[in-house]
Amino acid sequence: MSDETKKSEDVTKIAFTPERQKAFEATVAKYERKASALLPTLYLAQEQFGFLSPQVMVHVGKLLDMPPREVFEAASFYTMFRKKDMGQYLLQVCQNVSCCMMGSDDLFQVIKEELGIGPDEVTADKKFSLQPVQCLGSCDTAPVVQINDDYVERLDAEKFRALIKKLAAGEKVAEVNS
Amino acid sequence: MKLLAPERRILTKGIDTPNLNTIEVYEKQGGYSAMKKAFGMAPDAIIGEVKASGLRGRGGAGFPTGMKWGFVPFNLGKPIYLLCNADESEPGCFKDRLLLEKNPHLLIEGIIIASFAVRSHKSYIYVRGEYTLAAKIVQKAIDEAYAKGYLGKNILGSKHDLDLVLHRGAGAYICGEETGLISSLEGKKGYPRLKPPFPAVSGFLNCPTVVNNVETLCTVPWIIQNGGATYATYGTEKSKGTRLFCLSGWVNKPGVYEEELGLPLKVMIDHYGGGMKDGSKLKAVIPGGSSTPPLTPEEVDKCLLDYDHIATFGSFLGAGGIIVIPEHIPLIKILERISEFYWDESCGQCTPCREGTGWLFKTIRSIEHHHGHKEDIDDLKRTATSMMGATICALSDAAAMPVLGFLKKFPQDFQALLDEAERKRKVSAGRKLDGQETTEMTEVTR
Ligand SMILES: Cc1cc2nc3c(=O)[nH]c(=O)nc-3n(C[C@H](O)[C@H](O)[C@H](O)COP(=O)(O)O)c2cc1C
Ligand code: SF4
Ligand code: FES
Repeated sequence: MSDETKKSEDVTKIAFTPERQKAFEATVAKYERKASALLPTLYLAQEQFGFLSPQVMVHVGKLLDMPPREVFEAASFYTMFRKKDMGQYLLQVCQNVSCCMMGSDDLFQVIKEELGIGPDEVTADKKFSLQPVQCLGSCDTAPVVQINDDYVERLDAEKFRALIKKLAAGEKVAEVNS
Repeated sequence: MKLLAPERRILTKGIDTPNLNTIEVYEKQGGYSAMKKAFGMAPDAIIGEVKASGLRGRGGAGFPTGMKWGFVPFNLGKPIYLLCNADESEPGCFKDRLLLEKNPHLLIEGIIIASFAVRSHKSYIYVRGEYTLAAKIVQKAIDEAYAKGYLGKNILGSKHDLDLVLHRGAGAYICGEETGLISSLEGKKGYPRLKPPFPAVSGFLNCPTVVNNVETLCTVPWIIQNGGATYATYGTEKSKGTRLFCLSGWVNKPGVYEEELGLPLKVMIDHYGGGMKDGSKLKAVIPGGSSTPPLTPEEVDKCLLDYDHIATFGSFLGAGGIIVIPEHIPLIKILERISEFYWDESCGQCTPCREGTGWLFKTIRSIEHHHGHKEDIDDLKRTATSMMGATICALSDAAAMPVLGFLKKFPQDFQALLDEAERKRKVSAGRKLDGQETTEMTEVTR
């Protein structure tokens, strides 16, 4: 993890980078109430700090004039906010109807075999983590895995195994997803 | 049966034109001319056209759009908000993503016209968090529309102001429910609220609020350009217009297909979907997204994709997600995934939903793993029935309906699993009598 995360131990030292602070101010200005900017602000924070530690959430509360409790509650309500370090690649495997029908169980099996992790686990080298997710709105290209932001579609066990190996070897998702 | 000719398509005509998501190409295709026409009309006349079109909301509930707009109290002196629901998360549905990614300016044009009609000067597009690519594309389109003067103050000298903001959700199906969406946009957990008051009267920040689905709003420019009466010539007597159908599962050509309402479901599967993959036999079809009760193969042969006809088979068009299930996939597995989904996504405010979704899921899973008992079927039916119409929002009904539907239409599949469980128990009891060790679990903990 980045130095910024280590610093996040001490809430008084937490701050957005100047660009993110600017982006934050521009975002707040779009809404009629500061609190409405909660989700975009949490996204900015997650982008910078990797995940939302309690200290980061306290900071977001301060920025938005919200009690920390409300920030914690919201952050745990929405599944896309990470409450712990999920490593470099979060593998979000769709387990819903169409993906299941088209073979998503095999993809979970590949992850188990190649990386030795199950749901919500992170590999020891912090490179990969697994999160089973619900329908990603891409059932026509099932089975689908979302890796961080990118959708990887029409997978099967062999393609997925090859993909994981490439990512482990340092290739980028965009490079292997064309 | 006549198919909708490509040039008559309303939402997807030319959707594969390269760079259609840029304002130049969109305008070259005639884009934004409906907006210009609308500014020459009275807002009430626009509402009148939409009423005449017979357009019903494409987000799932099917409420008449013109009527919804007509409910807005324009003279309260409060701001009026227009929220575009782009939270698309019902399993089996992926049509809004297509529109957002391929034709964002169509949506923006629809929003501008709708905002003018309902006298709204602030609009949000609430897009589901996972749709990061769509969000980027729509944001770029919004920026282009501002640069052209189609958004902002006094649009094209019309005296109409509109600010449009893209807002990303963060992974919560319940934020697709309109009042959950409103709570979320106010910076809270996405808890739905009791209706009435309906959002049209008191919604976002307690102000009048119109919530419409992406596809609904994307239909508006065509209606204004061609007239509500022309739109009403598409489809059937009572189900007007075209819709986007999302075809997935065991077909050769899954995808999004626009068709007139009233098309036989069988034509959708065989013609557009290219028939069953690998020549497999059809077992069942979920016609409108995971919450809609399934159809048997005999029903699929007869069913027309219109609001009323499908209701005679006890199901709905929902949000247009057609999931085709072949014989070799156990239905219990499908139902297990569906009921786990609703259990996962229940916000927990209402007891029947919070407890019921968990009970359904666990019972179904235990039947799937051959731990069921013959009472389970009645138990499932009783639980599901008690979840209907008893809660703040319709997620509870959405969870109950497929369970009741599968049990009613495919009783033999569930009975077979219970028989198998019974047989296993007998074998296991027999072994115990013989004094043999048994490792078989007979009960799953709930
Ligand atoms: C649990 C639940 C989830 C829903 N999800 C969506 C959704 O993702 N997108 C949507 O447009 N409507 C969704 N709806 C329907 C909305 O509440 C609302 O009816 C719709 O956005 C209104 O727009 P329309 O009239 O244009 O269809 C959902 C409803 C329920 C009960
Ligand atoms: S019905 Fe379910 S999802 Fe809807 S408000 Fe009640 S608990 Fe929440
Ligand atoms: S079921 Fe996996 S994307 Fe819809």
